[in-house]
Amino acid sequence: MTDTDRGTQRDRHSAFSLFTQQSLPACKPVLTPEWVIMTFLFIGFIFIPVGLVTLRASHSVVEIVERYDIGCVPEPFRIDKVSYIQDDSIPKNCSLSFKVPKYMKAPIYIYYQLDNYYQNHRRYVKSRSDKQLLHGQNEHGISSCQPVEVNNDRPIIPCGLIAWSLFNDTFTFIRNRAELKVNRKNIAWKSDRGHKFGKNVYPFNFQNGTLIGGGKLNPTIPLSDQEDLIVWMRTSALPSFRKLYGRIEKDLDVDDVVVVHLMNNYNTYSFGGKKKLVVGANWLGGKNDFLGLAYVFIGSSSVTIAVVFTLLHLLSPR
Amino acid sequence: MQNSTKSPSKRSRIEKKMDYIIYVLFSLLLVISLISSLGFALKTKFHMPNWWYMRPDDTEQFYNPKEPFISGLSHLVTALILYGYLIPISLYVSIEVVKVLQASFINQDLQMYDDDTGIPAQARTSNLNEELGQVDTILSDKTGTLTCNQMDFLKCSIAGTAYGVRASEVERAAAQQMANDLEQDGRQSSVSSKRSKQDIELETVVTSKDGKDNKPPIKFFSFEDDRMTEGNWRKEPNVDMIILFCRILAVCHTAIPELNEETGTYTYEAESPDEGAFLVAAREFGFEFFKRTQTSVFVRERYIGSGQTTEREYKILNLLEFTSKRKRMTVIVRDEEGQIILMCKGADSIIFDRLAKKGKTYLEDTTKHLNIYGEAGLRTLALAYRKLEESEYSAWNNEFQKAKTSIGADRDTNLEKVAEMMEKELTLVGATAVEDKLQKGVPQCIDKLAQAGLKLWVLTGDKMETAINIGFACSLLREGMKQICITTLDSESKEAIKENILTQVNNGSQMIKLEKDPYAAFALIIDGKTLAYALEEDMKLLFLGLAVDCASVICCRVSPKQKALVTRLVKEGTGKVTLGIGDGANDVGMIQEADIGVGISGVEGMQAVMASDFSVSQFRFLERLLVVHGHWCYKRIAQMVCYFFYKNIAFGLTLFYFEAFTGFSGQSVYDDWYMILFNVVLTSLPVISLGVFEQDVSSDVCLEFPTLYQQGPRNLFFDWYRILGWMGNGLYSSLVIFSLNIVIFYDQAYRVEGQTTDMSILGTIMFTCIICALNFQVSLIMTHYTWMQHVLIWFSIVAWFIFLFIYGMLPPKISHSAYQILTEALASAPVYWITTLLVTIACTLPYLAHMSLQRCFNPMDHHVIQEIKYLKKDVSDQVMWRREKTKAREKTKIGFTARVDALIRSLRGKLNKKTHSIESNKSYPPS
Repeated sequence: MTDTDRGTQRDRHSAFSLFTQQSLPACKPVLTPEWVIMTFLFIGFIFIPVGLVTLRASHSVVEIVERYDIGCVPEPFRIDKVSYIQDDSIPKNCSLSFKVPKYMKAPIYIYYQLDNYYQNHRRYVKSRSDKQLLHGQNEHGISSCQPVEVNNDRPIIPCGLIAWSLFNDTFTFIRNRAELKVNRKNIAWKSDRGHKFGKNVYPFNFQNGTLIGGGKLNPTIPLSDQEDLIVWMRTSALPSFRKLYGRIEKDLDVDDVVVVHLMNNYNTYSFGGKKKLVVGANWLGGKNDFLGLAYVFIGSSSVTIAVVFTLLHLLSPR
Repeated sequence: MQNSTKSPSKRSRIEKKMDYIIYVLFSLLLVISLISSLGFALKTKFHMPNWWYMRPDDTEQFYNPKEPFISGLSHLVTALILYGYLIPISLYVSIEVVKVLQASFINQDLQMYDDDTGIPAQARTSNLNEELGQVDTILSDKTGTLTCNQMDFLKCSIAGTAYGVRASEVERAAAQQMANDLEQDGRQSSVSSKRSKQDIELETVVTSKDGKDNKPPIKFFSFEDDRMTEGNWRKEPNVDMIILFCRILAVCHTAIPELNEETGTYTYEAESPDEGAFLVAAREFGFEFFKRTQTSVFVRERYIGSGQTTEREYKILNLLEFTSKRKRMTVIVRDEEGQIILMCKGADSIIFDRLAKKGKTYLEDTTKHLNIYGEAGLRTLALAYRKLEESEYSAWNNEFQKAKTSIGADRDTNLEKVAEMMEKELTLVGATAVEDKLQKGVPQCIDKLAQAGLKLWVLTGDKMETAINIGFACSLLREGMKQICITTLDSESKEAIKENILTQVNNGSQMIKLEKDPYAAFALIIDGKTLAYALEEDMKLLFLGLAVDCASVICCRVSPKQKALVTRLVKEGTGKVTLGIGDGANDVGMIQEADIGVGISGVEGMQAVMASDFSVSQFRFLERLLVVHGHWCYKRIAQMVCYFFYKNIAFGLTLFYFEAFTGFSGQSVYDDWYMILFNVVLTSLPVISLGVFEQDVSSDVCLEFPTLYQQGPRNLFFDWYRILGWMGNGLYSSLVIFSLNIVIFYDQAYRVEGQTTDMSILGTIMFTCIICALNFQVSLIMTHYTWMQHVLIWFSIVAWFIFLFIYGMLPPKISHSAYQILTEALASAPVYWITTLLVTIACTLPYLAHMSLQRCFNPMDHHVIQEIKYLKKDVSDQVMWRREKTKAREKTKIGFTARVDALIRSLRGKLNKKTHSIESNKSYPPS
């Protein structure tokens, strides 16, 4: 034994032997009671303030949600909303109004929200052609667009279910009889506009088929500028989602009454989906109480654990 | 062929259990796949027709609402593939990598490297590393494994005087331990302890003068006593007896001398190593046996008479050989003076029965000495002689020759009877004590293994006496231990023998059951012939029951096949992990049969090593192999496997939850590349480092606290409670990760610019949370961080962001929806970072709380030690550290320490009596 010990000591300096003998210098943190209490208190002291700040910020955010899918169907058609929406001869305009509860600072974001709409369904998600969106006219690479890929043997641009089912309700905002201008530029990701949707790709034969799905596109505008489409093509993660419609770049004062004229074109009645209009200001994001609450909850649980732990430790010390 | 066994394929218990976990997970996979396809079929049948945006009128079969059954069935395949993450296929790869690295650590351990032979320890298979940490019973060969098969003459008792001052190892340790204890007691009561200390010194043997004179050691001869060596015995009072003693040693044997040309000394080819030791001893005392002819033995006597060396011839008249039944050997010689002397050496009990009334002069003293020698683990033989008259001898010899030349079945018994007639009326000369040379470090190693709670069975081909002596030498047996010897008598019918053995086994069990003394220890000794019956179907469980209750088990005269059978009996009967260790070809069966076979790469060739799973060059390395490497590997693999299941459940279930939200359509929220990298890069390195580098305590501490080893055999780290706990933790984590992310991000804008999340962004955020939470979790499991662990864990997290950055930089043709996702969409959004932190902490908080509570209020052994080490209490509070160390021994009845304890107990008992008598003497002084 002594010989080997000496041998080991001789090699103590070489890092490699430290490694092979598994005796590299190591840090061995141990959860002593002091450390435990400190750690939990530390988590608590970080999380509770962050949570409270987030919660406060979220509370200060004004958010107005107006559901309009039922209200916008005239009384006589409410029994059979599907035939109402599918009947092109009936005018679809509708209006609603809301009162601003609190001062809202510009920019004010306008979203439409759909519920029970499976934009994340596999069949739906796959049905697009990134190649075509960027490069346009091309016979190849549109097979993924099934079942909406060709019309009269020519590929539809843009092809696929997602584009075909484009959301097409429109909103106009009026305050004090004057129209509030809604800026509908820059609502899509810059990288999408610049690198995923072609500047020379025009939707010349979009929605020309026998079965028309959702909205139509202006054939003279290249896809890279069709921001509605670009936003819509970013499929949502869940069957309930919001998408950005535009921005109002004026402040809204308390008790301002805003009238919204909208075209209720989009069919959610077939599958019982809801449509909502959301007008909201913004802080770090939208109104999100949950994030703050979760932070406060985790923070206070930590503090509770720390306290319980301290008590246990004091009552029955080792 | 008779002794060969089938070569087995061995898998560790953890791996076998892992299979069951895989079955559990596979059922889970099937269940959720079925749920998913059922959900999909229902959705397709009832909801799909309403989803105009999916063109239900124009679908391929897969989505056809009219054929939901086919949809469901084909979806099952999709689901099985998608949720395949629940079954960690990469676990097997990672475990292989880890085990190979662990094995290379074993191979490179310098403390298992034998400097003399230059042979390192070797893990010949890498898939049993963790099994080393769960061993319950060690089955060991004796010769070549425990002993070097070399005897050393250590002490003798001549004419009632004990010679030889060198203490055996047991005695030395006992004296030391006593001194320590007394020092502690001494603080409390200094007066009484002084006296008792002196008393104890009287009781214990004179400690050796090791190191004072550095004579070169003589092989087979460790005797040390100035009164005897260098011819000094001439000044002793009983010179005649000493001469006689030496002559018996030099004459009464069957060895043949060989002259070593170089040194001019003789070496001896003896039937048993004891005889060799005796002859060397005789030579050292001045009686050098140098020649044997057909009829005579020649001895060179140095110190007799004028100091000149004289050669004396002893005519061998008769030689009554040693048999295991007779347990003695006798020669009848005529010396040069014409005197006929019978010289006899044999087991003390046999000799004592045959003493003449006049020959018992030294009986009392010799018996006392023999007891001391026996206690010290030495092999003892008694020597006696008888002077014969010419007439008496020739009368007897006639009869003897007659018996010898007779032919018939009862020739042997006749011979025996005649021999018996002569071997009586003996005069006791003295006794010898020979130490069976154990391999270096064997008693210490056995002691440590015993303290670690391991049981040691010795399976040897040697005869019973030798085995028992070795048992004493390695402290497997000691005085005061009740030996249950199970033997058979020859020439009985098979039924009678079995009946007899059954009674013996039952008696033994009864005896153990009725024993009330908590310190009582039992030893089972059984020989091969008996074992053959005991291993038969109807008896083997009874036998095993008895054997398991005994502190030590010694099987002697067993064949290689029986070694394997005993191993199988223990393995299958107790269901615990067995380890077979041996060095020769006769151990191959045992090595292959045991759960782990260890070969000693010693002198007896390579067969054992070739058949083994691990090889070491000395028995003593077994301690480090088991207590350090086994312990580490067990915990590493166990923790690693648990974490692996945790991580794959946590990840795999999020896929399922998400899929449920997509109408069970089989859509994954994560980019394909994320999923590929998950197991390959992003979470595998920390878990491998956990499996390779984790140390709950350092190797020194492992050896100092052998109890820690019991965590393995008790399987504290891979029981169902723990496995299910980790699975539950995985379920919890998956729920936390998914639900927090969904609730925070499903509809609200998450950026100052007002954008909402889409599938790829939410997937990326969720994946970030998973990577951070899982890697943080593994960092909490680890307790031992070298720079490598730091690098590997933090690298894994950083690697994810680096990957995301690079992936986002690639053109959209490759990166698709992840194009510029980090730079544009995520990095600048505070909510992203805040959520990641939230989810990471929320996932690990319960584990952290659980660990903290457990550590503080119900700590496991290694927790306590870690904390002591961390607070450096081992340096600052020596008393506490020593106390903890003593506590950290398994209660054991075998081994050196147990023996020392037993010795101390008995000495204390004696001491009490003595003090009592001294006190009573004082109180009633003789008037």
